[in-house]
Amino acid sequence: MTEPLRIDGKAAAIRIENLDTDQIMPKQFLRGIDKSGLAQGLLYDLRFDARGAPRAEFVLNRPQYAGTSILIGGSNFGCGSSREHAVWGLQQYGIRAVIAPSFGEIFYSNAMNNRLLLVMLPPEQVAALMEIVEASDGGPVGIDIEAMRVHAEGFDAGFTLSARHREMFLQGLDIIGLSLAYRQQIEAFAERRWAAEPWTRDIAAVTRRRLGDSAG
Amino acid sequence: MIPRTLYRKLVDSHTVARLDDDNVLLFCDLHLMNEYTSPQAFAGLHEQGRPVLMPGQNVAVVSHIIPTHPGAIRVIADPASALQASNLKANCDRHGIALFDTNDRLQGIEHVVAPEHGMIRPGMVVICGDSHTTTYGALGALGFGIGTSEVEHVLATQTLVYRLAKDMRIRVDGTLPAGTTAKDLVLMIIGRIGAQGARGYVVEFCGSAIASLSVEARFTLCNMAVEAGARGALIAPDATAIDYVLQRAPDLDEELRDDGLRPQALAAWRALRSDADAAFDVEHRFDASDVAPHVTWGTSPDQVVPVGGRIPDPLEQPEGPARRSTEQALSYTRLEPRAPIEGTPIQHVFIGSCTNARIEDLRAVAQVVRGRRVADGVRAMVVPGSGAVKAQAEAEGIAALLIDAGFEWRQPGCSMCLAMNDDVLEAGVRCASTTNRNFEGRQGRGAITHLMSPAMAAAAAVTGRITDVRALERHHD
Repeated sequence: MTEPLRIDGKAAAIRIENLDTDQIMPKQFLRGIDKSGLAQGLLYDLRFDARGAPRAEFVLNRPQYAGTSILIGGSNFGCGSSREHAVWGLQQYGIRAVIAPSFGEIFYSNAMNNRLLLVMLPPEQVAALMEIVEASDGGPVGIDIEAMRVHAEGFDAGFTLSARHREMFLQGLDIIGLSLAYRQQIEAFAERRWAAEPWTRDIAAVTRRRLGDSAG
Repeated sequence: MIPRTLYRKLVDSHTVARLDDDNVLLFCDLHLMNEYTSPQAFAGLHEQGRPVLMPGQNVAVVSHIIPTHPGAIRVIADPASALQASNLKANCDRHGIALFDTNDRLQGIEHVVAPEHGMIRPGMVVICGDSHTTTYGALGALGFGIGTSEVEHVLATQTLVYRLAKDMRIRVDGTLPAGTTAKDLVLMIIGRIGAQGARGYVVEFCGSAIASLSVEARFTLCNMAVEAGARGALIAPDATAIDYVLQRAPDLDEELRDDGLRPQALAAWRALRSDADAAFDVEHRFDASDVAPHVTWGTSPDQVVPVGGRIPDPLEQPEGPARRSTEQALSYTRLEPRAPIEGTPIQHVFIGSCTNARIEDLRAVAQVVRGRRVADGVRAMVVPGSGAVKAQAEAEGIAALLIDAGFEWRQPGCSMCLAMNDDVLEAGVRCASTTNRNFEGRQGRGAITHLMSPAMAAAAAVTGRITDVRALERHHD
């Protein structure tokens, strides 16, 4: 599976610093055992009022922003809880890339593992891009992944992406499959580690057995 | 030999293979799971027909969705949440993974249960689909949170593709003044360095103030390092940490068995420290004697002031994102710029969470509450961190004291820290909370969270407003 080398589309600026994953995907949408139904939960309290009616003033609810595929956010976007539901929800809503000065660390890994593109630009460039998309009701904004550049009317900036992340994004690697190629090394490593520090071997199973049956 | 930090030593001792400049394949000694971030990982595993590589290194705890109503048998009324719990049990049964299930008397918050039974030992790498896994740095174990894709990766390979972090050292010398705690210290640090002040770093805490903290206080400190964006927190294991672990490790008891394992463990654990001339990318220093009780006023843990302080005025901040954040936060928390935080009326008190629901936290609450009652119009809840903590607090008379004073004494779980169960606040309710996140909507849509220490939350409970616990006269028995 390969992804197109460009993402082009409508972009929405969300001017909130430290936009945490609790806000991106609130608790009431975390009760599933699969990944479905998360588009509805995306940024729920920002998109909907307490009665569940859309908040007309919120950028993603404005008719000009229908079909938005790129978000431009404040620094530390996606901080807080590790819930990968935040990434799944962004994608189910139709978001393919987020541009921000910085991202929460766990969110960053989660996004890469799902091929949601995260682009880090310096705060001044993000501010300039926000001005542009707000003045033009959504851009458009283009992201060239091959060349690692972001374009908009009157805007052009380069970004970096590690070779691994670029490959993950472009190729859609089966990370688990690749790691399983190391299975013999992993098992040999574990044997050496357990020989050196036997008190870590089967630490979960051994502890559970020692505690006995404590079921109520 | 190039001098190394403790963090580098832990990474090196768990590196199965170097993948590229930034990434290693990292062996994980213990993988903790809960009911809400693991189901899709198991489903992915089953879809690919992959087994769990090393089930004995994995454990699961029902923690986030569990109801905490007082009463013997717990029934999860919400059908979707009940399915998450039964699904976790089915997955654990299928793969032979240890489980602390809904009605297990040792059930609790995963980060309280794992260390209290000796599952966390110095030098381990511990991961969990929960951001507060940084807690285990208190015992010299590298802990960090992961997403569900990574949960699946660990189940299949017992490793992670791990992007290396940078090294930060935070030295805290001096003595914490009476009435202040590790919670106040970590809130002060987060306030000073910001919600992303440690983003990209593993933080090693050191200094005389850290050395004098109990292990439970160290859990609080390392737990909240993630609120400064840290990818991990570490404290080099000293006698305090090692004693804590040995008390919970009968397999290392010399009187029970004479196999030389204990001296072997002690030697390994005592070597877990940064080399004297190891280089840190960033260093910060704080003086513990500067610490006052701290209370958050906003919607990010770095929006915090000493209890004697005032709410900031956005107009005094430079135009731009910082000022906008203050304005947005104050609009949500319904507070006035420049007003004192002390005296703010509260309607709810929540004592719980992986940050502050251990026995020392409950003792601190009891000490403040003794001889007093929950103020009129305040609902105060105590949710112990685990079944073991709850039983101990009951044996010590803490539960009876708090119940007599008007507190609700509930069953263990994550509860109102993130309000995934039915412990949810109504809009506009203001809560004094011992938890870790004051995010918008965290405890319920429109509910307002003020983070503080257990003693400060107790002071708020008995006065009905945010109160400097140091000003309350201490009642003795």
